[in-house]
Amino acid sequence: MATLYERLGGQPAVEAAVDIFYRKMLADERVNYFFDNTDMDAQIAKQKGFLTMAFGGPNNYTGKSMREGHKHLVEKGLNDTHVDIVIEHLGGTLKELGVADSDIAEVAAIANGARDDVLNR
Amino acid sequence: MGNQLNYKDNCYTLADNESVLDCLLREQLSVPHSCKSGVCQSCIMQATDGEIPEKAQVGLKPTFKQRKLFLACQCFPSGDITVANADDAGIDVKAQVKEISQLNHNVIKVSLEPSEPFECEPGQYLTLINPEEAARSYSIANNPEKDGVIELHIRLLENGLMSGWLKNIAKAGDEVILRGPAGNCFYSNDEGDDFPIILSGTGTGLAPLYGIAHEAIAKGHKGEIKLLHGALKEDDLYLIEALQQLDKDNQNFTYTPCVLNGEEGKFYQTGDIQEITIASIPDDKKNTRLFLCGAPEMVNSLKTKAFLGGLSSKNIYVDAFLPSK
Repeated sequence: MATLYERLGGQPAVEAAVDIFYRKMLADERVNYFFDNTDMDAQIAKQKGFLTMAFGGPNNYTGKSMREGHKHLVEKGLNDTHVDIVIEHLGGTLKELGVADSDIAEVAAIANGARDDVLNR
Repeated sequence: MGNQLNYKDNCYTLADNESVLDCLLREQLSVPHSCKSGVCQSCIMQATDGEIPEKAQVGLKPTFKQRKLFLACQCFPSGDITVANADDAGIDVKAQVKEISQLNHNVIKVSLEPSEPFECEPGQYLTLINPEEAARSYSIANNPEKDGVIELHIRLLENGLMSGWLKNIAKAGDEVILRGPAGNCFYSNDEGDDFPIILSGTGTGLAPLYGIAHEAIAKGHKGEIKLLHGALKEDDLYLIEALQQLDKDNQNFTYTPCVLNGEEGKFYQTGDIQEITIASIPDDKKNTRLFLCGAPEMVNSLKTKAFLGGLSSKNIYVDAFLPSK
């Protein structure tokens, strides 16, 4: 049976999703201030890494790197609500791309699995 | 016997199924990297000799591919290969000052003749080093391969180390050093597609855009090409006649000068170049390529606006002119 990552379409699917997802994040006033001073190209590259992980693809993320990577955002007030918004936009993105609800739920579960590391608790 | 990997004057042997990145890391060399999955692009390197496998360039912009940049973590060479850090691959070439002329009240054009071919694309940038060892980066405004000289547009700054030297001391025949080139803001179209191109910049951000516009036209680009040049005051514009002529001579090229503090009823549009640029994005947003050069605040803000407006992130090319410190 195909893995989640294969069913979603692998790396080309990440490429297709990243602009839609990041555009949703940047347009959302509840979260876009976290991206104020970041270089867009660098952010897009990071979002691709995140999407690859959430899609169940190959990645090198560790709990430690997740914690370090988000520490400065937690200091700026990053909390559960923001993680919920990320998962909401992730779902919206996949819906637009015609992904099945069951697969969207799986992606959401993987993303949710990183919640405690992202929030440094 | 494994393939050879040359890096910084050393030669390493790649193990079976070993990526360039893993080989360098195994040799205890420090190479930036993160995801090791071909996604984050932090391990980007440049091949100076040898074949790059296709897989090592998946997801890179066309201009990256043309510069032989590749992802070290996805690069499993099928033969010997020579690689460099993406920023170190340039070379130093001696050049002579050929001519210095005034473009407007505070911009000069400097023409330099390299002593040997300086391979670069119009729109890329180089570092100019003068005899006093001041070093500053400038964009290439022409096609040096065709013209035999490299043209730079340089803004005169009060107490500017390089611009002051060029204005007051330098003369034809003086020797300088060119280092580079670097940068991914240039025209690339191997497939001969007819995508729309928008070139937008402020001040001497016109230099790379002028180079890119001429290159696209010279290569017979079929899609529309719009060039917008923003200035605070009317006399900050330059190359107006040359661009108006280019507009007249080429049906698919339009030149729009924009002056923020301008008057109505003149040859330019009055207003904010950011708004005018966004308003000029064609319907075919998906394929439009946008080049932004000039003041960092302007290019970065416009980049985000254009992306939110529907342009694809990989079609936005930016060169923010950072002030020297």
